[in-house]
This record gives sequence, C-alpha cells and structure tokens, in this order.
Amino acid sequence: MVSSILPLEVAGACVRKRGAHLVGPVDLTLTGKGISILMGPNGSGKTTLLRLLHGLERPATGSLRWSAPATEARQRQAYVFQTPIMMRRSVLDSIAYPMTLHGERRARAREMARDWAERVGIGHAIDRHATVLSGGEKQKLALARALIRQPDVLFLDEPCANLDGRATREIEAILTRARDEGVRIVMATHDMGQARRLADEVLFLLKGRLHSSGPADTFFSHPRTPEAKAFLNGDILE
Amino acid sequence: MNEIVQGLLEAGRMIVTLDRDLIEITLRSLQVTLTAVVIASAIGLPMGAWLAINRFRFRRETIALLNALMGLPPVVVGLIVYLMLSRSGPFGVFGLLFTPTAMVIAQVIIVTPLVASIAHQAIRDLWAEYHDLLISLNTTRGQRILALIWDGRRALLTASLAGFGRAIGEVGAIMIVGGNIDHATRVLTTAIALETGKGNFALALGLGFVLIGLAIALNIAIHALSRTERDSQW
Repeated sequence: MVSSILPLEVAGACVRKRGAHLVGPVDLTLTGKGISILMGPNGSGKTTLLRLLHGLERPATGSLRWSAPATEARQRQAYVFQTPIMMRRSVLDSIAYPMTLHGERRARAREMARDWAERVGIGHAIDRHATVLSGGEKQKLALARALIRQPDVLFLDEPCANLDGRATREIEAILTRARDEGVRIVMATHDMGQARRLADEVLFLLKGRLHSSGPADTFFSHPRTPEAKAFLNGDILE
Repeated sequence: MNEIVQGLLEAGRMIVTLDRDLIEITLRSLQVTLTAVVIASAIGLPMGAWLAINRFRFRRETIALLNALMGLPPVVVGLIVYLMLSRSGPFGVFGLLFTPTAMVIAQVIIVTPLVASIAHQAIRDLWAEYHDLLISLNTTRGQRILALIWDGRRALLTASLAGFGRAIGEVGAIMIVGGNIDHATRVLTTAIALETGKGNFALALGLGFVLIGLAIALNIAIHALSRTERDSQW
C-alpha cells in the first residue's frame, strides 16, 4: 500500500457521450495538499471532469494514472454529489455503510458513524431516516459518508448549491477541517465567494477544456486571459 | 343472495366451532403457499435485482419473457409438473406426485416469474437512484444486489405478497399434481372446487370466505410487522 494515491496524472483525456464531445483533451497533474476549485460557466464540463477524475466516466481517449494501483486508488477517494444520494436507511447506517462494505464489524462501523455524525453536526439526527433530512443535513450526511474512510482525495460537485448561508458556512468549515487533516479536495462551484474563501488552486474550465490553472491568489487578482477576466467580472462567456 | 348469507353463516360456524377439517386444510393451504412463496422469493428477488443492474445480450428479450411468464396458465404448469413427477417421468423415482411437495413445486413455477418481474421493476428504479453512489463506493456486484434488496425491501415485500396472493388462490395446478386427496393434499381452493361440484354451495362459500379472510389477515399482519406505510419516505 502506497502512502498516498497522489499524484494523479491526466494526459489528453477526453469524454464523449453519444457522439457529443463533452470534455477534453485535458492535461492535468493533481499533487500535494489543499483545495482545488473547478470554476467555469454552465456547460463548461465541471461535473464531467470531476466524474472523469473519480472514475465515474471513462475517457474516450487519453489516460488517468494514479500513483497507486487502480483498485486501491478507487478505495482511497470519495465523491460528494451535487444532489446528495440518500439511501433508504437511518442516518447512522447510511454513514456506516462504506465501512461495512469493506469488512468493518457493524458495531465498530456504527460507533465510527456516530463520531462522524457529531463531527459534521448531525449527531442529533442519527436515528432519523436519511431521506427526511433537510437539504443541508443531507449534504452533511454525504460528507460524513465520504470522509468516514479517510480518503486521500475528496471530489465534490457543488456541495453547497441550493443551501442557505448558514449551511454553506457549516459545510465549508467541515471541508477546511478535512483539508487541514490532509485530505486533498477537488471541488466544483459556481459561488465566487466560496471559491475565494476556500481555494488554494483554481482550475478554470471553458468549453470542456482546462483554460487556465494556477494559485488562487493569482487567478483572482491577476487573471491571465481575457476569458478568465471576463468570467471574474461576471460577463457572459459564449 | 340467500346462499351468500348461508355461506357467511357456515364460515362463522366453522370458525367458531374450530372445525377440525377446516383447520387441517387451512393449515395445509398456508404450509404449501408460504413454502412456495419463500422459495419463489429466494429465487425471484435476487433474479429481479440481478436483471436490474446487469447489462447483457438479449437482456430486453429476457425481461420480456419474464413478464410474459407472469401469465403462465396454471393448468398447463400443473400438467407439465404432473408429467415430470409421474412414474414414467424423469423425476418419477422420487415419488412426489400427489404430495404437498408436488403442489409446492407447481406453485414455485407459477409464482417465481411474478415475484422476479415485480422485483425487477422496483429494483430498477432504486438502481437508477443509487447507481452513481454504489459505483463511487467501489462496490462489488454482490454488494450492490444486497444493498438494493435491503433498501428496497418494502417494495420487494409487495412482490412477495403479490406472489402469495397468486399462490393462495391457485387451484388448477395443485388440483392436478396434488389430486385433492382428503387428509393428504386437500387445500382450501381444491376443497371449494370439490364442494361446488357436489352442489354444496353454502360450505363452498364458507370456505371461500375463510380463504379471503386468511389472505387479507396475512397481508395486514405482514404490513404491520414490516411497518409499511408508516414512514412515507421509505
């Protein structure tokens, strides 16, 4: 077992579906620590790129190579969907599910799930059904479920879309803590304020291609291209 | 109308007096039907889940065939099972013809496609919802099927209950393979058919009401035990 599944090397990866070219070719190296924020207008390919990196989409061309064998790499990463997928179970059993999948005893898995529920702020709801939680609570459950196995890399697809300011702040606190504990985070967001608060690195996508990437400070203060500048100014990019 | 009232009174009398014959054939009906439903569910539920999550050649045709088999004519099933289990048939050596086991075999054949087909539809919808999550969690095919069956258990219970409904009311196949032998293979439906043939309508109706009451009571009991409808989101 390697110490980390990173770096991830993406070389010329493209995603096509039913003849339509969705993303690529993308060349990217994911290393180190911190939070990378994927930004770009609607339809620029943020979700598809995240799904490609996580293995939910297969590249039509090009390659993705983790530093660990494929099976181990899959087990040491997690994904949080924009609309959290709630299993028809209690909150506690939903969070414990990834642990039981990998052979953890049920009692131990539930104990860990209880701990994670407290950490993300849904400790009061562990006996409730996952499907009846509020939007913010569902997203916290999804985060706890993703983090319980202590992944090396966490992908998030607009986790705070449709959440109010308070819930967004709580989710951001969880993510910041996860980053501080060494989880490499790659997150898509539309929220410029959130990107400024969280990003260590920005990956700017346009028309399915990685238009520019670099440190967040540089991207926000001195955007290199007219398109990035226009995007930051809130202009409509065609 | 008079006969229906008499049938109700006869049903009441048999229940109140704990009629020995009624209890015997009722218990045999339950034994045969529940055994068949348990076996059909053990086959049909995983089969439905497997069909929902796997893509293979002729999948559509397989599902269409499964749906078509829901309408299997029980008499034809009974006849085929009879030929298989008769002395000259391939399984004649086991001596199963005219036993409750033969009746269970016939009912399993009739009920399994129904259970599998309803399970497939329920699991297919759940799989569409869970697909990305279970792939993301790097689950094996077996783990996916288990998760879908467990989380879809309420819908799958409906599939099993539909199978129970079909089996408890079945008469054609079990009459052929069971023979309606008194104190051996007689069940409620075959007893009703016999009494009707004898012109004993009140007793036949009485047995019929007991059968209906039994089916309703068992459905209610299973729903109550599994807490269906209490949690609207499940």
